[in-house]
Amino acid sequence: MPDATGLELIAHDLRDADAVSVLGTTFAHGRATVIAEPGRVHGVLERLKDRGYSFLASLHGCDYYPEEPRLGVLYELLDMHEVDRISVKARLHTAGPHIASVVDLWPGANHPEREVYDMFGVFFDGHPDLRRILMPEDYEGFPQRRDFPIGGEPVLFTYNEEHSYGKWQ
Amino acid sequence: MSATSDYRRREESITLATESAGQGETHELLTLNIGPHHPATHGVLRLLVTLEGEVVRDIKPIIGYVHTGIEKTCEDKSYWKVIPCVERMDYLSYYFNAMAFCGAVETLLGIEVPPRAQYLRVIHLELNRIMSHLVWLGTSALDLGAMSMFWYCFRERETILDLFEMSSGQRMHTRYFQVGGVMEDIPHGFAEKLAAFVKDMPRRADQYAALLEQNEIVLQRLRNVCPLDEQTLLGLGVTGPLLRAAGNPWDLRKAEPYSSYDHFEFKIPVGTVGDNYDRFRVRHAELYESTKIIDQALQGLPEGPHITLDRKVALPPRHELATSMEALIHHFKLVTEGFRVPPGEVYYAIESPRGELGCFVRADGSAKPARVHMRDPSFVNLQATAPMVKDAYIADLIATLAMLDPILGGIDR
Amino acid sequence: MEVTRRQIDSPSEFRSRQLKARDMLRGDLENDALEQYVTDAVLTTTLDKAVAWGRSNAIWPATFGLACCAIEMMSIVGARVDIARFGFEAFRASPRQSDLLILSGRVSIKMAPVVRRIYDQMLEPKWAISMGACCSSMGVFNNYALVPSDKFMPIDVHVPGCPPRPEALAHGILKLREKVQGHPPEGWRERYGAVGTEEVVPEEIIPEEIAGA
Repeated sequence: MPDATGLELIAHDLRDADAVSVLGTTFAHGRATVIAEPGRVHGVLERLKDRGYSFLASLHGCDYYPEEPRLGVLYELLDMHEVDRISVKARLHTAGPHIASVVDLWPGANHPEREVYDMFGVFFDGHPDLRRILMPEDYEGFPQRRDFPIGGEPVLFTYNEEHSYGKWQ
Repeated sequence: MSATSDYRRREESITLATESAGQGETHELLTLNIGPHHPATHGVLRLLVTLEGEVVRDIKPIIGYVHTGIEKTCEDKSYWKVIPCVERMDYLSYYFNAMAFCGAVETLLGIEVPPRAQYLRVIHLELNRIMSHLVWLGTSALDLGAMSMFWYCFRERETILDLFEMSSGQRMHTRYFQVGGVMEDIPHGFAEKLAAFVKDMPRRADQYAALLEQNEIVLQRLRNVCPLDEQTLLGLGVTGPLLRAAGNPWDLRKAEPYSSYDHFEFKIPVGTVGDNYDRFRVRHAELYESTKIIDQALQGLPEGPHITLDRKVALPPRHELATSMEALIHHFKLVTEGFRVPPGEVYYAIESPRGELGCFVRADGSAKPARVHMRDPSFVNLQATAPMVKDAYIADLIATLAMLDPILGGIDR
Repeated sequence: MEVTRRQIDSPSEFRSRQLKARDMLRGDLENDALEQYVTDAVLTTTLDKAVAWGRSNAIWPATFGLACCAIEMMSIVGARVDIARFGFEAFRASPRQSDLLILSGRVSIKMAPVVRRIYDQMLEPKWAISMGACCSSMGVFNNYALVPSDKFMPIDVHVPGCPPRPEALAHGILKLREKVQGHPPEGWRERYGAVGTEEVVPEEIIPEEIAGA
């Protein structure tokens, strides 16, 4: 992990290249996070990749409900030579959840981006094949958003057996 | 007479040169659906394979057939109860799932795991790694046609599951790792049984090698089949034995040691060519290395508590409940509500048998996690299938899938 | 199969049976006498029972591993709990060739139509075992993504566990065998006199005051 000063230096360099791209930094529990502006995230990641963080360990989403902006896309980058990790976070509103796809930088972002689209409804512009990956293709709704109900079947006991889903006869 | 000479002439005219396309003939591409119910796809993986003759031109994996919404379920349960849910993701390496999650929560809480617990965790993790590689070996050999390997590997697996049953009471999905340490200390007899297993395992691994590695059919099916170079693998995000077979010795146990892995001496098997045979050999060699780690951990097992002494996180021992009021209160709070984790996010990565298994936990200060995401290695490794099997035969596709070792539970979560 | 034994009471009866056998071998018995001879001499049981015995001892399961329970299903094929001794060793990949669908693992909503289609492709007689908690009820994960298996297909035996031990699955398989042989095990229902999930209390035990009130 780059320590807190290292993180600030990196953020400084990123702001030098593109002034509006970095909204802030966080350093907690030994984890350095760069909070990037969703429109510029591609440039931030490209610069970090050139800096040495050339391995995309993980791309995932998180729903920060009830804080706005609600949807977050997190990128975990890894530098294999220095053994260093850095995270990039981009927060999006549910109203227009568009973000640039990083499949051109890392082909391995294909499936993770589809998963974030499937589960949170974030549209990745420039993704070659953005469709649902885990849920059925015609499913409606984005399951891992916090306001999506968890669903499930009621547990059958004798008292509610008659009004249950009805066993196959 | 003329019939036979016709036949002979036709026979002699057949050469093994490849047919050239585009002589006024059209070659159609056939799209074949393999799965999701198929004996060789290691779970419910559906593949849309575009074939030209028997050569694979393109492959599209379709997943989601065992999607269980585990991550959503985890948001509904307290941290203690998330452990059994998360264990069931990559269902062959359940200790690793639990370790990633417990490690993440321990980082958020900022608690120390006692050394005895760390060594016990290492023992169980490496036993699980051996067990996962054994199942992989048995089922892959089954796919290639070498059916007897299946029974031998599962015989070893039964011994390992007996050990798991001794320490935790369950064969699979044992809930043995808890936040702060392990659930219970190992019982009497566990050390002896483990020592006997450690003595026996290298011999068994030699027997498996003797069965398969010099076998002409295995060599022909795996050697120089579907190689993929290191740069493509890194771009795809592939880690684990697949990356090590291509020559990159990246292993999180050595690079970012967690849970006292730096106390142990072991080597990382690395391949050269990156073909199926190297992937096979790398995983097989890891059996020996894991046995060495278990041996060292068992020899050097320190005394001490098996779980953190912080009563706000770990249950107090039962005998204390009769005498101490605070212990009773802590027990009550932990069982009903669970411990609260201060707000924060963390990504904790460990080396599972398939690659980098990372757990992202976001805590919002309550007793339930706000987001649990597992970066599953098989999910990312599956993207490497398409470049690997391009222009290979269907039989090579099956062998490559076997060597890829995908676990659909982890892919679909 | 039922085996009946008959005592031969007297030497004269034995002699008459000997003569009848000699006549049959010579082709001298006809019509009624022949029929009588056959029913006396050949021990048969009802055809159904014989067929059920044959079917129950050679059920071929379809390879249908979905999730973690699949690994425990693979270990019942192993040497420790060996279901080959019950005749179950031939796991057929094609549903057309198999009799039993062991649903081992969680059935997601994407997979449910596939399972149903495979079950439909199996030929009669066919059975289904729902192995594990996830497919019997919802198991550990009671959420949007799973379907309990008896919502879309008839299940004969549910085996609880997460995952069930191989011995537990073998127990479920033996119960299925008993069911196929025609005497399905009622379990606790026999002991308590129950129907479905409710205990039926016989009327003699109800004291008259309560019955009358």
